[in-house]
Amino acid sequence: MEILDILMTASFWGAVLRIASPLIFATMGELICERAGVLNLGIEGIMVIGAFAGWMAVYAGLGLWPGVMVAMATGMLFGLLHATLTVPLGLSQHVVGLGVTLLATSSAYYAYRLALPEVTSPPRIEPFQPVDIPVLSDLPLLGESLFSQTPLTYLALATVAVVGFVLYRTPLGLALRAAGENPSAVEAQGLSVTAIRMGAVVAGSGLMAVGGAFLTMSAFSSFFFEMVNGRGWICIALVVFGAWRPGKALLGAILFAAFDALQIRMQQTPLGAVVPYQIFLMVPYVLSILALVLMSRRAEVPEALMVPYNRGER
Amino acid sequence: MRLEPVASQTLGRTLGFPAIALALTVLVASLLAMLAGANPLATLGLIVNGALGSKFAVLETLNRATPLIFTGLAVAVAFRARLWNIGAEAQLYAGALVTVLVGTRLGLPGPVAIPVMAMAAVAAGALMLLLPVMLKVRLGVDEVVTTLLLNFIMLLFISMLLEGPLKDPMGMGWPKSEALPRDARLPRIVDGLRLHWGFALGLISAVVVWFIQVRTTLGYEIRAVGLNPEAARFAGIPVRSVLLKTALLSGGLAALAGYSEVAGLKGNLTLDLSPGFGYTGIIVAMLALLHPLGVVVSALFVAGIFVGADSMSRAAEVPTYIADISLATALLFMVVAILMTRFNLVRG
Repeated sequence: MEILDILMTASFWGAVLRIASPLIFATMGELICERAGVLNLGIEGIMVIGAFAGWMAVYAGLGLWPGVMVAMATGMLFGLLHATLTVPLGLSQHVVGLGVTLLATSSAYYAYRLALPEVTSPPRIEPFQPVDIPVLSDLPLLGESLFSQTPLTYLALATVAVVGFVLYRTPLGLALRAAGENPSAVEAQGLSVTAIRMGAVVAGSGLMAVGGAFLTMSAFSSFFFEMVNGRGWICIALVVFGAWRPGKALLGAILFAAFDALQIRMQQTPLGAVVPYQIFLMVPYVLSILALVLMSRRAEVPEALMVPYNRGER
Repeated sequence: MRLEPVASQTLGRTLGFPAIALALTVLVASLLAMLAGANPLATLGLIVNGALGSKFAVLETLNRATPLIFTGLAVAVAFRARLWNIGAEAQLYAGALVTVLVGTRLGLPGPVAIPVMAMAAVAAGALMLLLPVMLKVRLGVDEVVTTLLLNFIMLLFISMLLEGPLKDPMGMGWPKSEALPRDARLPRIVDGLRLHWGFALGLISAVVVWFIQVRTTLGYEIRAVGLNPEAARFAGIPVRSVLLKTALLSGGLAALAGYSEVAGLKGNLTLDLSPGFGYTGIIVAMLALLHPLGVVVSALFVAGIFVGADSMSRAAEVPTYIADISLATALLFMVVAILMTRFNLVRG
């Protein structure tokens, strides 16, 4: 019964979209990389450095949107590093990805300590404020939750549409998907697999960083160590759950966020008084593993995912 | 640009490129120190001094290297079979948890408790990795994500136990477990020197793993599966069972890191038992080129950098994260260097 009560509140569905937003950005980023054939395990670290860079830029006096651009550019820089090592050099995507995560995370922490050596609690910035969409936001239940969000949430939803459109309705998307399925065919068309894959990883990493920036610029207004807390890894699971399709991945992210928002609220119920809070906190990670298990049988993995392409080699 | 295999690997090539990688890492560390407004040479000097400059420093480095030898071996063994075990952190905690349970609940006399705790820890760590590897071989679930996610689950599980059934009633509300009885601790190797037998166990484990890899059928099969699973299957190697055995070995080794930290150093279980030893094990293993004996050397090197950077950052205004950045950089430079020993980059 309590669950039903929770599900019927506008604040619950508002929270679902808020929790889903960073996941949507980063999941779309990872999806682009993987559709082009590159597993990007740098995602966790890129989200950390995106969260830091955007927040720091605003703290240093930039506007919020320029801050988002800074976060994105920083993510793209680390994406370029990942792409250079994994695409033309064909190095292990596992090792490079983890290396990029470690590098990006420690760089963010180092820069944080350099910039703010003395602080015990991080300074706050003025984050993005909710924007009501006229008329729609007056709708009962849905209005308050869906149409009274911060601009970054609307941007996250728009990103899904754009990614879907580009992937399935443009020559660029066709080439990108082909690079992940059958790279030799792309090369036969006179296109460069290397360029397409690198572009995908750089662009995807930019989106991951914006996902991280959502945390500091829309959700929390401060940067904390370990604030990303495995969200990147969860996004990798979401890409699999979404069968490498933007729409399904969006659905997965929202479903996931709903469970997350529900577990937070369940902690306040009589049930939460009996069950240790750690059990509730485990829910997102357990769900991610379950999602992977459920989808394992029918996942349509891109044919050339994790297979380096070296021209002239058969 | 594309890669072309070199006709013959010369010794200069094999050693030269890794040396360049290390030199570049030192360069990056120097730049980072300058960024912090410090003198790079002085900073590097402080790091080396902090790691090796006194008897205390050396012992600290050896102690820090101990868990890294175990997690490094765990990763090296798994990666050799291209089993991507990123869950050494969870396996370490599984080992630590079982060590504490056996050591404080069973009331075994010390000389019995010490080996029983070790065996129980190994079993726990092995089981911890068996689950994701079963999912991999049975259902094709990617083990990278599952082992990573299990790290978070395990840490929450430990936190739950430390605030519940395992909580030390005398702990002043601090979430920590009861301490092992004195006689169930690993003794020191030399009286008066703060270095316990966990370090020796690490060295022994490295030799054992090396022996397994070069002298046993399993070692051969692990390498074959890692090089090419299809070809291995074609050659009649039971790929699934090799992967499961690798998982048991790898998970068990990582668990020994938790065992040795609890029984050798800390005496009890806390949530900050490991500052990411499981993840650092990946760097240790990669810098050692996945060679078990190399893991010992690289664990000492990595531990020295961490201990040295901690000590340096207390003296100079350079954040200790310089160690983490340098090691991540070293990892990336090193994988490129290894590639360069075997391939030439050619235009066209």
